[in-house]
Amino acid sequence: MAGVGGGNDFQWCFSQVKGAIDEDVAEADIISTVEFNYSGELLATGDKGGRVVIFQREQESKNRPHSRGEYNVYSTFQSHEPEFDYLKSLEIEEKINKIRWLPQQNAAHSLLSTNDKTIKLWKISQRDKRAEGYNLKDEDGRLRDPFRITSLRVPVLLPMDRMVEASPRRIFANAHTYHINSISVNSDHETYLSADDLRVNLWHLEITDRSFNIVDIKPANMEELTEVITAAECHPHQCNVFVYSSSKGTIRLCDMRAAALCDRQSKFFEEPEDPSSRSFFSEIISSISDVKFSHSGRYMMTRDYLSVKVWDLNMENRPVETYQVHEYLRSKLCSLYENDCIFDKFECCWNGADSAIMTGSYNNFFRMFDRNTRRDITLEASRENSKPRAILKARKVSTGGKRKKDEISVDSLDFNKKILHTAWHPKENVIAVAATNNLYIFQDKIN
Amino acid sequence: MFPKGTKRKFSDSREEPVAGGEDVNQSSLAAVRMLSSYSLQRQSLLDMSLIKLQLCHMLVEPNLCRSVLIANTVRQIQEEMTQDGTWQIMTQALSAANAAAQCSADRLVATEVLCRQTEAAQGEQVPKPFPVVGSEGCPAEEVLEEEEAAAAEVGMTMSTVSPQAPTSYLPGTFGMDPCWEEEETGEDDDDDEEEDSEECGSGSEGEERERDSLVEDTRTAEQVFGTFEIKNPAPSPDPALEELFSDVDASYYDLDTVLTGMQSVPKMGPYDLLESLSSHGPSPLSSSTSCRSDLNELDHIMEIIVGS
Repeated sequence: MAGVGGGNDFQWCFSQVKGAIDEDVAEADIISTVEFNYSGELLATGDKGGRVVIFQREQESKNRPHSRGEYNVYSTFQSHEPEFDYLKSLEIEEKINKIRWLPQQNAAHSLLSTNDKTIKLWKISQRDKRAEGYNLKDEDGRLRDPFRITSLRVPVLLPMDRMVEASPRRIFANAHTYHINSISVNSDHETYLSADDLRVNLWHLEITDRSFNIVDIKPANMEELTEVITAAECHPHQCNVFVYSSSKGTIRLCDMRAAALCDRQSKFFEEPEDPSSRSFFSEIISSISDVKFSHSGRYMMTRDYLSVKVWDLNMENRPVETYQVHEYLRSKLCSLYENDCIFDKFECCWNGADSAIMTGSYNNFFRMFDRNTRRDITLEASRENSKPRAILKARKVSTGGKRKKDEISVDSLDFNKKILHTAWHPKENVIAVAATNNLYIFQDKIN
Repeated sequence: MFPKGTKRKFSDSREEPVAGGEDVNQSSLAAVRMLSSYSLQRQSLLDMSLIKLQLCHMLVEPNLCRSVLIANTVRQIQEEMTQDGTWQIMTQALSAANAAAQCSADRLVATEVLCRQTEAAQGEQVPKPFPVVGSEGCPAEEVLEEEEAAAAEVGMTMSTVSPQAPTSYLPGTFGMDPCWEEEETGEDDDDDEEEDSEECGSGSEGEERERDSLVEDTRTAEQVFGTFEIKNPAPSPDPALEELFSDVDASYYDLDTVLTGMQSVPKMGPYDLLESLSSHGPSPLSSSTSCRSDLNELDHIMEIIVGS
């Protein structure tokens, strides 16, 4: 069966699944963010309990040439703890909203992780050697009496069990009144931006006590508030450019060279509304839940409730491509509004070559679109297809009256099984899909 | 929350003239029925949205994006209803229902609002679409947000009320947060003084009431938006305001003080204002008890409706 992402014979196979098998899912175990690092060697997940788990890809072994390296746990640490805001008498959740890796500059790895209010820079370093034979201290660490030292020796490095340590190097706090929804590392590798519902701040990675507010859409009178910021991202190559999306379905591209406060956008992206499909839910489903630049920097992709749109940065009045994710839900919007599913924030991602895009849906389905062939496929992340290297079968949701075999009807979809977070390896056809508390890893079939 | 009986009455009253007519042809009857069904759907969407806004208050700060989207939906519905005239009909129907009502749970909202109305607001003719409440006069500087909303109301009614801004008090945690009940200690004496000194009109305020219930429910949204605000206390022009919040200390850093102190801070929960606003002047304790049980009932009803 033809697939998406690499050509006509392309097929996706199950590789691994991480997480508990229990039907009873602990709230704290629900995965809230997934992110590959720049090389794809590391895969980080954050959960509602404030923990970060990092998986590392094993080197491909000569013994098993047919399987790509597997991802195994590299490090686990508690990034954020629940806090209490005394002034407002409200809890601050420890849920990790986003993780973004920093480019690797030395042997250690660094990432930014954020909850609603505080961003932390974590350094993850490993030690697999230790030194023995010091001159000034004994093996157990006690200082030797200098008069006893009669000869000098060179300490030798001996192997030891690998120890991975994560330590918080910077804590960027108290800069956001509202809930942080995005962080994005700038291409200069020195600054990064953080966005909450009404403001975007620019930070320097080395400086924690100061941040610059670059966008502020808070009205003077909160009663006039009708629009919030939903996502923001730095341009992958131009360190002065960033975009932010809104709950009204618009995207603003800003140039930081133009002014200190980028309230006036350089470009304004909005698709005119189709008057024939207008309903009371039009605004809600137009709210953009994620925005991602392509790796090339020429395009950006936005996800709203029912579709994914690809925009050319040079054309503001409409997207160049629109992909329907689950159009069959359009007639169910009222029920989805009632059970709050209409407010679910789905993410989207590009593959390394910018030729395919992926996003999640309900019933543990996720969708992939090939931009070149215009083919799309629906796959499912479930334990039933979890034999090693099992090829994933395409799924279909039946919309009309007649339901074919193997199709699932819209009313049978499980809206509690939602795939909000997905990630694509930067170079290879390996994807990570978060299904509630489980992380699925799929890769392309190797012949 | 709006009583379902009233809703049905509203739609029935729309259908009656048509069904009773002898010379009505089938197509127009069908059209009217479709219209009624649309109105019903729209009304139920409005109800659902308002409940969602009210249920926003939880232990954790509500999601601002969701609140804004719901509030925009409510605004949109109300605009449409105003345009096709159904808004006025509904408010009249509800005020008629309210006029005969006793102090039952879902009227409490209207009662407070009623007491908040001044003569100036009564002169309103056309219910304005959202945002209705002009808050130019709203003193923006308060430390705690619930107090801010309350202070705004108090401030506005104590001074002259701008004619185009019907003020309405919004009980911030009205009916949605059961833990308020246990935390309720005696309210601030200052509250009583302030509120009792006002004219509490007990007669029907007509179409203002329903709109104000809705306005205040939007105010829930606005209050929800504003919950995120921590503003610096600034000198208030109103000496009564000063007195009201004189015991609020912004510099709470001691956990014990905070946890115990917060309970007695006059956050102007629904019980406070209800007691102090009662125009009949029953003892605060008795009215609060009855209102409390009614609000329990309301919680229960809301849960059923939302289907949690």
